[in-house]
Amino acid sequence: MANDHITVSIWRGDADGDYQTYQVPRLESQTVLDVVTYIQREIDPTLSYRFACRVGVCGSCAMTVNGKARWTCRTHVSRVAEQGELTLDPLRNMPVVKDLVVDMAVFFDKWAKAKGAFEGGATRDDALAAISPEDPKRQQASAGIECIGCGVCHATCDVIDWNADYLGPAALNRAWTLINDVRDVSRIERLQAVAGDNGCLGCHSQQGCVERCPKFLNPTASIAGLKRETVKAVLKGELS
Amino acid sequence: MTASALRTETWLWFAQRISALVLAVCVIVHIATLIFAVQGGLSAEEIIDRIGGNALWLGFYLVFAISVAVHAPIGLKTILREMTPLTTERINLLVSLFAILVFVLGVRAAFGFYGLGGE
Repeated sequence: MANDHITVSIWRGDADGDYQTYQVPRLESQTVLDVVTYIQREIDPTLSYRFACRVGVCGSCAMTVNGKARWTCRTHVSRVAEQGELTLDPLRNMPVVKDLVVDMAVFFDKWAKAKGAFEGGATRDDALAAISPEDPKRQQASAGIECIGCGVCHATCDVIDWNADYLGPAALNRAWTLINDVRDVSRIERLQAVAGDNGCLGCHSQQGCVERCPKFLNPTASIAGLKRETVKAVLKGELS
Repeated sequence: MTASALRTETWLWFAQRISALVLAVCVIVHIATLIFAVQGGLSAEEIIDRIGGNALWLGFYLVFAISVAVHAPIGLKTILREMTPLTTERINLLVSLFAILVFVLGVRAAFGFYGLGGE
């Protein structure tokens, strides 16, 4: 095969499907998203995939590229196409809708289950909370706050593969940022939501999420924090 | 999930971590003694000479055996839960039986050696 083309195998169908192979012209500075877009526009308009911003802001173009979950817009072909070959699959651990599109409801439902929504206790008449950027709790929260919910960690996590009820790195990381938010008033309810084997204690610290997070976050460290806090809460008799 | 089930899962997780700490020390002492003892030739008599009738070694191996009986079944429970289609009830029954087996065998061995030596 000459270097001017790459061979791309793409998963077609839903859970029952098969790979279809395409020949795509090789271009300079070409991203995997460029490749998928070329196939849909020039070869096969029935190919389904998701993207929005194309520049690593929205996180919606995440797919499995040669076995690893990645943002395709931030993945150059030259970095991943071994011997000019690419294999593209939908993200793991979520039901496939069609081709490269997954149903992310299971992913976002887990954020809700982990009480991922902020609950404040102050009213508009109260003064603003004064929080120093150097405050240790604020720093813990800030370390995990940049998650944009792309689902790459969820697709990478083996524990979710083994136990579909496990809340997963993104939802637990979100809960950890709120546990460290001094303005939030539902600490105990949130610890209760993330406790147990389907919650933070299910994590085996394999750190696939850390390895693959496109925002370079460390969900494993967040989950370790939740483990400490839930154990402390149980020892103090706070979870009842 | 009820709060009491969450508490039980958390206690089991905590017990596994604490038993791991104890086991780390026990394994080091056990292996170090083994290496030291092998220098003079490893034999049943030699082991009984050292451990038999010695209350300190009996205490050490009781702690060791109990820690294993706590630590291993909790890990086995997670493995069975993640890797097999067994129901939670069946897994709990299996690992409870395994815990009892490990506990009985370990404690029996510790007392067995203690009874073999001494005056």
